Amino acid sequence: MPYILCFTVNRFMSPIPLSYYLVVSTLIFFIGMLGVLTRRNVLIILMSIELMLNAANINFIVFSYYLNSLRGQIFVFFVMTVAAAEAAVGLAVIVYLFRNKNTVNDDEFSLMRW
Amino acid sequence: MLLVIIFTIFAAITIISAGMVAFSQNIVYSAFSLLFTFFGIAGLYVLLAADFLAATQLLIYVGGILVLLLFGVMLTHKIQEVNLSNESMRLAPAAIVVLAFLGLLSIAIYRTQWPTVPVPELTPTTARIGTLFMTDYLLPFEIASLVLLTALVGAVFIARGRVKK
Amino acid sequence: MLFDYVNVLVFMTVGVLFLVGSLLAARLASRLLHSRIHNLDKLTNYECGERPIGGTAIQFNIRFYVIALIFVIFEVEVVFLYPWAVVFKDLGFFAFVEMSIFILILLVGLAYVWCKGDLEWVKPSEISLARERSSQEHGEILHR
Repeated sequence: MPYILCFTVNRFMSPIPLSYYLVVSTLIFFIGMLGVLTRRNVLIILMSIELMLNAANINFIVFSYYLNSLRGQIFVFFVMTVAAAEAAVGLAVIVYLFRNKNTVNDDEFSLMRW
Repeated sequence: MLLVIIFTIFAAITIISAGMVAFSQNIVYSAFSLLFTFFGIAGLYVLLAADFLAATQLLIYVGGILVLLLFGVMLTHKIQEVNLSNESMRLAPAAIVVLAFLGLLSIAIYRTQWPTVPVPELTPTTARIGTLFMTDYLLPFEIASLVLLTALVGAVFIARGRVKK
Repeated sequence: MLFDYVNVLVFMTVGVLFLVGSLLAARLASRLLHSRIHNLDKLTNYECGERPIGGTAIQFNIRFYVIALIFVIFEVEVVFLYPWAVVFKDLGFFAFVEMSIFILILLVGLAYVWCKGDLEWVKPSEISLARERSSQEHGEILHR
């Protein structure tokens, strides 16, 4: 029974072109970029950076699928590790800044600007 | 055909919620939209035969990073002022920059001949990933633990820091 | 393999439908059943029958964040353990040594956090601090 189902499903499943995935990841990347450039809240900036990292991850996995190699997936692993470390340290910095300055607005952190 | 429909659903979830993350006026909505973005991306990973990475995506991003971000939101905002503290600015120059890059990349995607044919047989990837970690990528694997150690010690140290008055 | 994930998709769809359906049903039921009399006691937050003290918008303790942070780091470690556990039998002793090094490095972090008292909900240093403060306040009250 599952074989029959598999067969019928396989007949309906033509693989999705690679460029579709690239379009999706490009859109996510630029949404993230727009978020980083326009938002003033540091937390939103951090979330947008996560979006950009995820877009890059999609690209890695798409190419690892179409080039039939697992190396891309290994890279995604390390990107995720670094993303976890980055989120942990970044949020610690934000929380510390908030406790000192009582704001998370990035215009207020202008001590090093001249 | 069926696959294209599923792909479209996941892609739509991902892109719409990503837009919500970046442009929502309420920071709590942003954080929860990020949840749907991560889910949609995990779905795309499954379609791309990266089964273990889809699970990892849910574990690390949804279970870990998103929780951290929510804690960050709760620690830095009082509930009443959540709406106010999230306006955007510099929209016009940012839009110009982003549209320029977007156009460039779209042309690149459109013009390039991408490999299409040999779609591999879909098989579980966990064992092969484990073997690669233990052989070819041994050094990055150990360095990843150093990165995690450094992040742990540093972040705990910063978060614990005394407030200077 | 992809076909196995149809099960997950079905579960997800049923879950979402159940959630949306129950939310709509609850909305409808409350629309039909709720009474139209409002007074102050009904509008206050429910705190087990006690009178609530202060608002609901309090600042969270930083300690929650530190615990979540430690959790995330060790969660990533666990994710690295999975593929290793799958191939451990084939690769033998060498893989065991590699993973031991990995875990030992992260154990240093655990030891640091433990020794510094970040795993305690109330830190030892803060107990003495609170004791001092309370004795001071006590003294002030007596002084008045």
